[in-house]
Amino acid sequence: MRQLFYNQAIAEALAEEMRRDPCVTLWGIDIGPYGGANAATKGLFEEFGADRVIDMPVSELGYVGLGVGAAATGIRPVVELQFSDWITLASEMIINQAAKMRYMFGGVLEMPLVIRAPIGGYLSAGAQHSNSFESIFAFVPGIKVVTPSTPYDAKGLLKSAIRDNNTILFFEHKKLYGMKGEVPQEEYTIPLGEAAIRRKGEHATIVTYAYMVSKCMAAAERLAQEGISVEVIDLRTVDPLDEEKILESVKKTGHLVVVQETWRQCSISSEISALVAEKALDYLDAPILRVTAKDVPVPFSPVLESYVLPDEKDIITAVQIVAGRVPVI
Amino acid sequence: MNIPQEKLVMMYQRMLKIRYFEDKVKDLFASGEMPGFVHLYLGQEAVAVGVCTALNDNDYITSTHRGHGHIIAKGGEMRCMMAELYGKATGYNKGKGGSMHIAWPKLGILGANGIVSAGIPIATGAGMSIKVRRTNQVAVCFFGDGASNEGTFHESLNIASAFNLPVVYICENNLYAVGTRQSDVRKIEDIADRAIGYGMPGLVVDGNDVVAVYEAAKEAVGRARAGEGPTLIECKTYRWRTHFEGEPDTYRPPEEVDHWLKREPIAPYRSILIQQGVLSTEGANQVEKEVLAELDEAVEFARISPLPAPETAMEDLWA
Repeated sequence: MRQLFYNQAIAEALAEEMRRDPCVTLWGIDIGPYGGANAATKGLFEEFGADRVIDMPVSELGYVGLGVGAAATGIRPVVELQFSDWITLASEMIINQAAKMRYMFGGVLEMPLVIRAPIGGYLSAGAQHSNSFESIFAFVPGIKVVTPSTPYDAKGLLKSAIRDNNTILFFEHKKLYGMKGEVPQEEYTIPLGEAAIRRKGEHATIVTYAYMVSKCMAAAERLAQEGISVEVIDLRTVDPLDEEKILESVKKTGHLVVVQETWRQCSISSEISALVAEKALDYLDAPILRVTAKDVPVPFSPVLESYVLPDEKDIITAVQIVAGRVPVI
Repeated sequence: MNIPQEKLVMMYQRMLKIRYFEDKVKDLFASGEMPGFVHLYLGQEAVAVGVCTALNDNDYITSTHRGHGHIIAKGGEMRCMMAELYGKATGYNKGKGGSMHIAWPKLGILGANGIVSAGIPIATGAGMSIKVRRTNQVAVCFFGDGASNEGTFHESLNIASAFNLPVVYICENNLYAVGTRQSDVRKIEDIADRAIGYGMPGLVVDGNDVVAVYEAAKEAVGRARAGEGPTLIECKTYRWRTHFEGEPDTYRPPEEVDHWLKREPIAPYRSILIQQGVLSTEGANQVEKEVLAELDEAVEFARISPLPAPETAMEDLWA
């Protein structure tokens, strides 16, 4: 099958949706002739012109706010933030406006707004260019949060996000832009809210998403060599959460490790742990373990960053512990 | 005045609607019949009415926490507003919004807003949407002197100007942001002066003169429709009441309040209409009578309307 890079898959999803629906309009910083800081809008300015691929000034609060007003009045804006870290500048327009407007107005309008933003560390980019803020937005009712881990998913999920009539945060991991994967020529979409089982297993369940999927898959491979069969669930969308697949898997394996790149406290991993504790506690043969970043800002120096962010070894150790293969220290 | 007669009468009628509606809300709120908080528009009627009379039904507005006047001026029905203020199922927004969150897109009303200045980028986005869809609509953004000090103001006006968006920014300068006198926290006298920094026209208008507001708005709306970009209009006005109902007035000199009460916008306008033969005295009285009857009906409608079923709290989050 045809292979595309993750950023190419995103550009292709955008192009296809823009051809299908003249209301789909993009804006952000450097997305025009420059092609986007991560080349995820490459070629779109040339095809659709300056009226639909709009370069904005450095005004995150302003241009995300424009997205809210535009989505409420009949177009489908797809707004790119150059780094998701800067979403804090725009969070008023997302949390108090986009997420609430339909509800507090009694359903009289729709909010077909997509905000694309690169997340993640492992690049020595320092504390203000390495964040993953999905947990903050999953906390807020009225927002869907998408975290694709492959080029195939990035394309299929983005097309669904653009067609959805609600506010969507679409978090792309910076380490994945250069990942190549199979993407068919034919039209397809992936529904929001459906996790993917990346690897079937019997002894333990790993629930994860975004860039950590590849680390978990590598860990599962190593663990298989030790005779531990691991099921890896890629959430694909952290909100809505595919509760059914998580619970089904845990009921089968009796062991759960939740793996996420970002901070631990009040996070997606907290939510999944709570879900399983509430609905499948009797099926667990060991306490749930979480593999996450340590709760400090992501430091710059590679040796410090590696210490703070989770790696394959942390995942392997956690699975070994829940599966009872090594004593808990 | 080169203004069609029906528009002149409509301006009188809508200013009266706002005046009597707000006066009634003041009493109903004080009596404890109405939950929550209310911020009244009394004294500023000429701004909303002058501006909205220059608009078409399908033009957009964004409003503020002090939004009742904008919604009535844009054609909102008092009965649906009153029911919303009572938290009833028959309100514009099924009781989910309340005083600070009334929206009705069918009339181009994109919402009152509880966050000061948040309507500024939203109106600007409506302007971008108009440009992308190539319609000849206009978006008008109402906001206060306080909001003009927020970052949204700067970012939005710069973008609107850079892209020639069809947006008219109406700053209602009523001299106070909650209890802070604006001259204590802003160096310049006229907020309209800031327009020059964005490369757009900025003008100061007497916000208590409905005809002056209408004429300024009409020109700005015309420019916006013609693709000539945004305008900032500062309307100097005053709110008669404190920031919200129930707040003690400890921060405004009584002589200042008196001065502005004497400058109220409706009675002088009524005199002009009668002097110029637009309305007879009886005709003006009749307009007033009809407004009061409609208001009584609105209160009655709100009172007898059903409360929302509690479980409807779980509806309307997702499209």
